[in-house]
Amino acid sequence: MRFFEDIEIGAQREFGSFTFTAADIKRFATQFDPQRFHLDEEAGRKSLFGGLAASGWHVAAVCMKLLVADGKRLTAEAVARGEQVAVWGPSPGFRELRWIKPVLAGDTVSFSNQVETKRTSAKRPEWGILQARNTGINQRGEVVFTFLATAFVPRRNPG
Amino acid sequence: MTTLTFEDFTPGHFGTFGPRHVTREDILAFAAEFDPQPMHLDEAAANASMLKGLSGSGWHLGSIMMRMLFDGFIGRTASLGSPGVNEMRWLAPLRPGDDLTLDVDVAEARISNSRPETGIVTFKGTIRNAAGMVLCEMESPIIVRRRIEAGAK
Repeated sequence: MRFFEDIEIGAQREFGSFTFTAADIKRFATQFDPQRFHLDEEAGRKSLFGGLAASGWHVAAVCMKLLVADGKRLTAEAVARGEQVAVWGPSPGFRELRWIKPVLAGDTVSFSNQVETKRTSAKRPEWGILQARNTGINQRGEVVFTFLATAFVPRRNPG
Repeated sequence: MTTLTFEDFTPGHFGTFGPRHVTREDILAFAAEFDPQPMHLDEAAANASMLKGLSGSGWHLGSIMMRMLFDGFIGRTASLGSPGVNEMRWLAPLRPGDDLTLDVDVAEARISNSRPETGIVTFKGTIRNAAGMVLCEMESPIIVRRRIEAGAK
């Protein structure tokens, strides 16, 4: 992963895609969101979604899964180049999360992000705070999911 | 049990739900599948992190809130789904063994312009641990059907 100073506003990155199977959708929903349109094909068809739809929290969790996997790839590349590796901190939250279109069984969602803002923290001089917009697009090119993420990113040269 | 409709949601405190117990195994299983960062999986790495100890993924906490909302009232509400989350604030870490309580407040309830047979209920959910510390706050709208007679033209 990169340090705060090395990240440019506007930088874009595609970080992976995921196909939501009916089995995946039902397994997540059984545990966290057992609304009928997330568990049953017929109930899904009769709902606003028009088919068995993934829980929005499942879509968000998969986005995180792909972000973490991509971060590990970036870290391995940095290590291979002999560079110092930045270990990112936790997130204080997110804003403007939109479930724009349903993610139905069989859909493949490709995720990307773009850096929107970065600022330093007076309270935590060793950390910068980064905001990036994460976006999921389905196999038809439709934007299905977006949110503005925030994360603590370590500074190479604190303070 | 009667199904809750739009008319049942008026601004103010709606209810307190839980407690829901979260085990170390729950935290590790969610993190392994969806958020395998060392601070959520590895005790030593977690102790060295900003959160100073093993903590659950924020997305796990969000998913748990969804389940607590379902068990609390959404499971018996004529809910048509949610368009999103206006804001989520992760304020303190989810720890192994936490017993979580969810408070729900209705911030706003209005009839939908585009689908007049439904209303949009914006609620604020707050999760606290057993010590009363706020772990997260979320504001999110849900689409709820109005009573049949209310939606009829």
